[in-house]
Amino acid sequence: MTDLRVPNPVATTLQNGPSESTAPAIGQMPETSTPRGISAVRKYLLSRGNSSGSDRLFAGAMLLCALAIFALVALIAVELVTQSQLSWHAFGLPFFYRYNVDPVTHLPLFWDPVNGVFYALPFIYGTLMTSLVALCIAVPLAIGLAVFLTEMCPRWMRAPLSFFTELLAAIPSVVYGLWAIFVLVPLLREHINPILIPIFNAPILTRTLGWTGLFGDNGLFGGVNLGLGILCGGVILAIMILPIIASLTREVMNSVPNSQREAALALGATRWEMIRMAVLRNARIGIVGSVILGLGRALGETMAVAMVIGNSPEIHLSLLSMGHSMASVIANEFSEATSDMHRSALIEVGLALFLVTIVVNAVARILVWAVTRGTPARVQ
Amino acid sequence: MKGNRGRTLRSLWRSGVDHMATALAILATVLVVAPLIAIFFYLVYKGASSLNWAFFTQIPKPEGEVGGGMANAIVGSAVVLFVASLFGIPIGIGGGIYLAEFGRGTRLANAVRFTADVLNGVPSIVMGIAAFSLIVVPMHHYSALAGGVALGIMMIPTVTRTTEEMLLMVPHSVREAALGLGVPNWRSVISITLKTASPGVITGCMLAFARVAGETAPLLFTALGNQFWSVSLNHEISALPLQIYNYAISPYDDQHRQAWAGSLVLIALIVIAVSLVRFFTSRGTLKGAS
Repeated sequence: MTDLRVPNPVATTLQNGPSESTAPAIGQMPETSTPRGISAVRKYLLSRGNSSGSDRLFAGAMLLCALAIFALVALIAVELVTQSQLSWHAFGLPFFYRYNVDPVTHLPLFWDPVNGVFYALPFIYGTLMTSLVALCIAVPLAIGLAVFLTEMCPRWMRAPLSFFTELLAAIPSVVYGLWAIFVLVPLLREHINPILIPIFNAPILTRTLGWTGLFGDNGLFGGVNLGLGILCGGVILAIMILPIIASLTREVMNSVPNSQREAALALGATRWEMIRMAVLRNARIGIVGSVILGLGRALGETMAVAMVIGNSPEIHLSLLSMGHSMASVIANEFSEATSDMHRSALIEVGLALFLVTIVVNAVARILVWAVTRGTPARVQ
Repeated sequence: MKGNRGRTLRSLWRSGVDHMATALAILATVLVVAPLIAIFFYLVYKGASSLNWAFFTQIPKPEGEVGGGMANAIVGSAVVLFVASLFGIPIGIGGGIYLAEFGRGTRLANAVRFTADVLNGVPSIVMGIAAFSLIVVPMHHYSALAGGVALGIMMIPTVTRTTEEMLLMVPHSVREAALGLGVPNWRSVISITLKTASPGVITGCMLAFARVAGETAPLLFTALGNQFWSVSLNHEISALPLQIYNYAISPYDDQHRQAWAGSLVLIALIVIAVSLVRFFTSRGTLKGAS
């Protein structure tokens, strides 16, 4: 009750106004600039309240909700670790890189649930390859779209176009998969692959660049053209991660101060030079961050990939060949796991996926945050 | 003369590059919009032609037979999503309230915020494994409850972050006014702050709902799917995305047809949810200095 006798701090802060007195520079987040973020008036009123019991109960309940988020992530991690113990003890670290050799055909044998062979290399390869293909397609397109939307687009087109791309993000992955099976696969098989295969298998390229191993019959476009496979998985992933990369890149570009653009234009730069020097250069860290965030999504994406990747645990360099990704093998085999070891091995694949996506997302968040922290937070 | 011509050539080159960059950006935009239009075209074209009354009223026919519908999957989706919302929204809003009202600037709040982002990035299939080992293994059977919890966990981070951001938009003066009138803090948070921010908070919940409504991977080995009527939380249950997946990879043309119809219904539900969000947000929140 001693507070009652010192009304001064309250009076002064009231006159100044809590937000006006510490008006932050434009573009700074006000709530982070004031430590704890609670004004003196509020602190005073809170300390005067006569309902501390119920207040404390309420605050405790909210704290519990917040801690539940911690608990859930910890619980997920603990469950994944304990449930994968069986396979971890049986295979150890070689689970991720070793393989057996088939005694009859002398081909590498990675994954054979019937005979208890579980090595995850083809899934890691499939995940990496599909994500790589997806990034190669999506990143240039996403940056192009973001540049168009922020710098070139007429004002009236901006809202509908960004709504369109948002809509692209709202489509469930199973619908993408359905579309991929019935539209994209035939399209690739009959129209796009017949163009790409002769290019990659052209005699000139095989003769001059054959040593890279990327061209010719054993290269990126060797083998049978089925439409299904790693390329198809990569393309559908690219369509799925485009909106994420594009919208984050747009946000990062929007946070580049206009004075930078004006300075570049005032020095006589053309619009593209202005974009290159002022916008892309300033936003590059954030763009890298958004690309990594898209990568995180691509690594964990399950259904669409599982529906078109072909589902065979093999490793071939060819993008036309069938493959399997970490997420797709879990989706395909988990509910029909033949043994405890099989299930445990699948959970270990899931654990690896969990850890990788956490790292990838953390790196991306830090990069995006490093660029956009200067601007007010926006709802995505 | 020579220098002059050099300069003209250079500026020609520069404006050429400028035009080319513009053209490339437009090309990229077209290439992004084209698949979206293609997807929507196919959905509406294939879906609308195979939608009929039976789709909404009947349960699936046995494999290979023509006809039947997805009534059980639509109801199943509703049940699973109801459980998910019941589980995810209160925890999510509670976490958001903590971040915005009680934990501001503390290290714990930053850690919670980061964990929410981590949870947001966890692949949905991993969430399925987690729900499987947390609920299906102890219960010894697949259940709608497990599917709902898996989706509910996925809703939490979105709801938490949007709730926090929306609460932070509510002016301090509103809170001070409530407290000054002698309203207890908990009451002021619920009836003043949360209520002021409610359009935004509802937006967050709807976005989270729309996001998990189409999720298949977490349901694959939690809800499992079912060809019959079921509304029990204790048994396996069908869901729209699950049914679309099973039909899409089946060899029967009639099931493909129903998969397209199911996709159209699913997308329509999600678009309705997103448009509701737009409607709510366009009514505007009370904004001001934080």
